[in-house]
Amino acid sequence: MKRLVFPVVVVVAAILAFWYAACVPMNIKFALMTAERQGAVVSPEGMITRRDMSPFVLAAKNPAQWSDTWVQDKPRLPAPHQVVTELWAQTMQVAPTSKRSLVFHGWITLSATLLGFAIGSGLGILLAVGIVHSRAMDMSVMPWAIASQTIPILAIAPMIIVVLSSIGLQGLVPKAVISAYLSFFPVVVGMVKGLRSPSPMDLDLVKTWSATKAQTFWKLRLPASAPYLFASLKIGVASSLVGTIVGELPSGTGQGLGFRLLSGSYYGQTVQIWSALFATAILAACLVAIIGLMERGVLKRMGLG
Amino acid sequence: MTLVIAAFVLWAGLWYLNVQLANGRGGDTRAVGLAVPVIFGLTLVGMWELIVRGLELPMVILPAPSMIAARFASSIPTLWTDFVQTFVKGALSGFAIGSLAAFLVAILVDRSDFLRRGILPVGSFVAALPIVGTAPILVMWYGFDWQSKAAVVTIMVFFPMLVNITAGLQETTQMQRDQIKTWAASYWQGFWKLRLPAAMPFIFNGLKISSTLALIGAIVAEFFGSPIAGMGFRISTSVGQLALDMVWAEIVVAALAGSLFYGALALVERWVTFWHPSQR
Repeated sequence: MKRLVFPVVVVVAAILAFWYAACVPMNIKFALMTAERQGAVVSPEGMITRRDMSPFVLAAKNPAQWSDTWVQDKPRLPAPHQVVTELWAQTMQVAPTSKRSLVFHGWITLSATLLGFAIGSGLGILLAVGIVHSRAMDMSVMPWAIASQTIPILAIAPMIIVVLSSIGLQGLVPKAVISAYLSFFPVVVGMVKGLRSPSPMDLDLVKTWSATKAQTFWKLRLPASAPYLFASLKIGVASSLVGTIVGELPSGTGQGLGFRLLSGSYYGQTVQIWSALFATAILAACLVAIIGLMERGVLKRMGLG
Repeated sequence: MTLVIAAFVLWAGLWYLNVQLANGRGGDTRAVGLAVPVIFGLTLVGMWELIVRGLELPMVILPAPSMIAARFASSIPTLWTDFVQTFVKGALSGFAIGSLAAFLVAILVDRSDFLRRGILPVGSFVAALPIVGTAPILVMWYGFDWQSKAAVVTIMVFFPMLVNITAGLQETTQMQRDQIKTWAASYWQGFWKLRLPAAMPFIFNGLKISSTLALIGAIVAEFFGSPIAGMGFRISTSVGQLALDMVWAEIVVAALAGSLFYGALALVERWVTFWHPSQR
C-alpha cells in the first residue's frame, strides 16, 4: 500500500507545484497593472510597453508581484486554493436549494444522469440479450452498434433538446434522453461480449444436463457476463455524465453543472468555471467508484473477485 | 396513414428476408454478412422516410432522409469549409499533438519505475473524468479559432494514450527482455526492436478510442465560441434557426468523418500488427 501511495502523492504534489508556478506568467500582466495603479514600482513601467512583452520575462523582472497572481478576482488561471475555497463556499456555505449552490446544480445534473443511465443501460442489456439469442438480430444490429461508437453522437445533443422542447418536453427528460443514448452502446457491446463469454465446453456441459435455453441463460450466460457488465457500466456512467453536461449547454433553463460552465465562460468568471469543472470531476469519480464498489461486492460473492 | 402502414409492411418484409438470409444455408458467407446489416440500415431509412411523410411531421421535429440528402447535396461547399475547420484544423492537429506528447511522456515514465507507479493511477483517473468541461477555459485562453479546439482535443487524447502506451510497453515478458539483454542490446535497441512492436496493439487501441474523442472534443469546444465556420458552430446556429435539415447534414458529415478516420486507423493497425492473433 505504501509503495503505491507515495509515488501518487509525489506526482499530485508536483502537479500542484506546477499549477502554482503556471499562475505566475498567466496572471502577471493583470497583477502588474493593479500594482502600478496602487503606486508600486514595477519594471518596465507603463501598460503599453508591457503589452507585447513575454509574460515569462515580466515574471522574472517582478518577483515582488508573484504573490498577487494567486489572489485575483478574475484570474486567467485561478490558483488551486482559490478553486478549493470557491468549491467550499458554494457547497457548504449556501443553502443547498439556492441557485448559487453547487449542490443544487449538481443534483440537477446527477438526477438527469442517473435516469438516463438507468434507461440506457437497461435497454442496452435487453438488446444484448436479443442479439445473443437471434442470429438475424445479431447480423443486422451488431455492425451498426459498433459503427455508432465511432460517430460523435454528442453532436446531436443541442438538436435533441430543441426537438423535445418543441413537442413540450423540458427539463429533466431531454437531458436524460441524451445521457441514455450515450450509455446505451457501450453497454450493448460489453454485454454481448459477456453473454458470449462461456466457453463451448461450458455450453456443451449444460446441454448434456438437457438445460433449456432459459436455464442456460439464467444459470450460465448471465452470471458469466457479470465482469463484462460492470466494466461497460463504468464506461457508460462516465459518458452519461458527459452527455448530461453537454445537454445542459443549450437548454437555457439555468440549472445544472453544464450551465454553470457556460455562464462562467459568458461572464469571465474563471473561478466559477474551475469550481464547476472540479464538481463534475468529483461527481464522475464518485459515480465510477460506486459502480466499482458494487463490482467488487458482487464479484466477491460470486467467487470471481 | 397508408404510408405509415406501408412502413410497417416494409419492416416486416425486409425483416423476414433478413431472418431467411441469416438462418439460411449461405448464412456464414461474407456476402450475406455484408448484405444483412445493409438491408437493416436501408429498412430503417425507408421507414423513417415513410413515417415522416405519412404523419406529415414538420421539419422542426424530424426532416425526412430525402430532404437531408437534398440539403447535403446543395450545401457541399459550406459543409466542406466546416469539415476543414473542425476536423482537419481542430481535431487532427490536436490528435497528432496529444498522441505525440503522450508518447514522449510514456517513454519518460517507462524509464523510471517510481514515475510509472505515480503517474499511471493519476492518468487513468483523469482519463475517466469529463475533460470536455475544460473547453470554456481553453477557448478563453487560446481564442475562438481552431487553436483552442486543438488544445481541447490534445488534453482529451493525452490521458487515454498515455495509459495505453505505458501499459503496452509493459507487455513484453521477462524472458524476452533477458533474451535481448544476452545479445548486448542497448536500451534503445531493445525499445525499437522489441518493446515498441510489442506495444503496438495497445497503442492502436488507444488511437482508436482517441479518434472518437478528438471529433467530439472539437465539436463541443465550438459550442463555447468559434469563428463563423465549423461543424459545432453550424449545428448550434442551425438549431437556433430551426433548420434541422442542415443539422442532420452536418451529423452525416460527422458520422462519415468519424467512421472513415476509425477505418483508416484500423487499416494501418492491420498492416502494422499483422503478427497479432486478433488480426489473423
